[in-house]
Amino acid sequence: MDAAVKGHETDVILNKQQTDSKPSAAWGYKHNGYYLLKILFTLAGFIIAIVTNITFPQKAAVEIKDYIINAAGLSVKLTMNDAYIFVLAALIVIYLISGIRAWGDKDRRKKYCKNAAFRFALGIALAVWDIGGTKLQFFAQPFFPGPAQVIETYLADGSYVVQNTLYSLRLYAAGFSCGVLLGVGTGILIGWYPKVYYWVFPVLKITGVVPAVAWMPFALTLLPNSFSAAVFLIVICAWFQIAFLTAQGIQSTPKQSYEAARVLGSRQFGLIFHVAIPHAMPDIFTGISSANAMAFTTLVMSEMLGQPGGLGYYINQSKVWSAYYKVLAAIVVMAVLFSCINHIIGLIQKRTLRWQEGVLKK
Amino acid sequence: MSSSITISGVNRVYTDVDGNKVNALNEVSLDIHPGEFISIIGPSGCGKTTLLRLIAGLDKPQSGELSIDGSRITDVDPERGYVFQQGGLFPWLTVEDNIAYGLKARKVFKQKKSEIGKYISMVGLDGFEKSYPHQISGGMAQRVAIARALINEPKALLLDEPLGALDSFTRSDLQDKLLELWKDNGTTMILVTHDIDEAIYLSDRIVIMTPRPGKISRIIDVDLPRPRQRGSGSFLSMRRDILELFELAQAQPQPEYVI
Repeated sequence: MDAAVKGHETDVILNKQQTDSKPSAAWGYKHNGYYLLKILFTLAGFIIAIVTNITFPQKAAVEIKDYIINAAGLSVKLTMNDAYIFVLAALIVIYLISGIRAWGDKDRRKKYCKNAAFRFALGIALAVWDIGGTKLQFFAQPFFPGPAQVIETYLADGSYVVQNTLYSLRLYAAGFSCGVLLGVGTGILIGWYPKVYYWVFPVLKITGVVPAVAWMPFALTLLPNSFSAAVFLIVICAWFQIAFLTAQGIQSTPKQSYEAARVLGSRQFGLIFHVAIPHAMPDIFTGISSANAMAFTTLVMSEMLGQPGGLGYYINQSKVWSAYYKVLAAIVVMAVLFSCINHIIGLIQKRTLRWQEGVLKK
Repeated sequence: MSSSITISGVNRVYTDVDGNKVNALNEVSLDIHPGEFISIIGPSGCGKTTLLRLIAGLDKPQSGELSIDGSRITDVDPERGYVFQQGGLFPWLTVEDNIAYGLKARKVFKQKKSEIGKYISMVGLDGFEKSYPHQISGGMAQRVAIARALINEPKALLLDEPLGALDSFTRSDLQDKLLELWKDNGTTMILVTHDIDEAIYLSDRIVIMTPRPGKISRIIDVDLPRPRQRGSGSFLSMRRDILELFELAQAQPQPEYVI
């Protein structure tokens, strides 16, 4: 089947217009009927998950509470199952819309078809999890609560989760932005001035391998409050990594680039800011993305060890009460939040390094 | 808008990777007249690029003096444009921004922004303003490099084998472009090349250099009328004369092989 699709692709390249104008393409993602089936297939998993939740009898002893949600002047009464179904319905709507939006776009259509099987499996997995975690509870409890119970956390504890998420975000933003600025700054100095390289680089090389949380005892005693202590830890974990790679990028700038800039009239300032730094940008971004992953680790660990708030703190606190559904809820928030941050960094990187497009092998 | 350049008694010795002293330039003296198109040719290692780098101010001689319009050359100056062998374009800038680089470096971008378009069309790159260097061909990249040097309105343009890496069609096309630019701007042109035809086709005078130690062995006046015909008899006889000079120069260290 794969081979058939590939063969078909080469045909398309040869007679692109001809194939495009044909209303009924061969059985594949370009065929409208096939694509419609793939959309239904994608949605089917989540529909099965909803049906399972509604029709499957609640055998295990799980208390179903009513929650009153006040939003936009409306007050809605709902249970955790309602909220779960609402989330599933939202997923169905999202995938339906993205499927329809990809209708006229060949590449997006192909991608959608490729993802269909995984999304179907996701729906089935949710249904199985629902049965095993909530309905029958044959998973070990209280460690593996069902999806509805995880969502219940947001109903019962919503504002507290939001508050802790904002705390984490604030900590991350303060620490990581300082880390990036200091890292890039130090990296440029090390890369540009041999004297700075001589004195600072060995220090960076030795201290850079120590995980930032190892400095926690010093940070907690020497800094005025725990927030600044955690910021400090995130700063140093980002700082060393980024400085290291920035320096490398600056030092690898070809001599001819400097000469070309000099004969055009650039002085030292121009050589640093218009030649060395643009040349080092790919390395700087490599440093930023790897430092980012380490910053998440440092963030959560320092929250677990000594912060009055944050998602790490929330996990720790929930663990004490064996509220594993809350732990899972916090992990879900982290997964979404950190993916978003990664995505934003990726977008900035793509925009800044667009001159590299087509140069590097993907 | 052109300069005279005086080179007197210049010596430059390098130490290579093995620690050996290489006499790249030995007592080199040369007078370049304002508005002249002069070519420097010679086999590799004869010091022609070193000489060009000294004129640019990218390198300093151990002894001897270089001066432009009577003042000593001590550092690089945008008044002396330089085109590198491989273009040396900045890969992170578009064609347009590469050409505008000199204006920004000299802090005259605001006043002279309108010039950019003029130089882009001068080298025939309309429509490629927003392309990045890796998206254009080698010939186009060299044209960008030439436009980038010209936008600074240099009094002398130093060209270090700028067309060496190009195919012969693109090369002769760009040679005509160079002549056209030279005629329009009157800039003093100093071209380093290893292509005898190119030197004869373009220059007023040809400086022939020989290696170990690098020195000037002959200066030939090219008194052929312009526009020159590559196939004409006088062109070919001059080409033969220069080739003979080279064969002699190369035979000198091994006199036993000369019959």
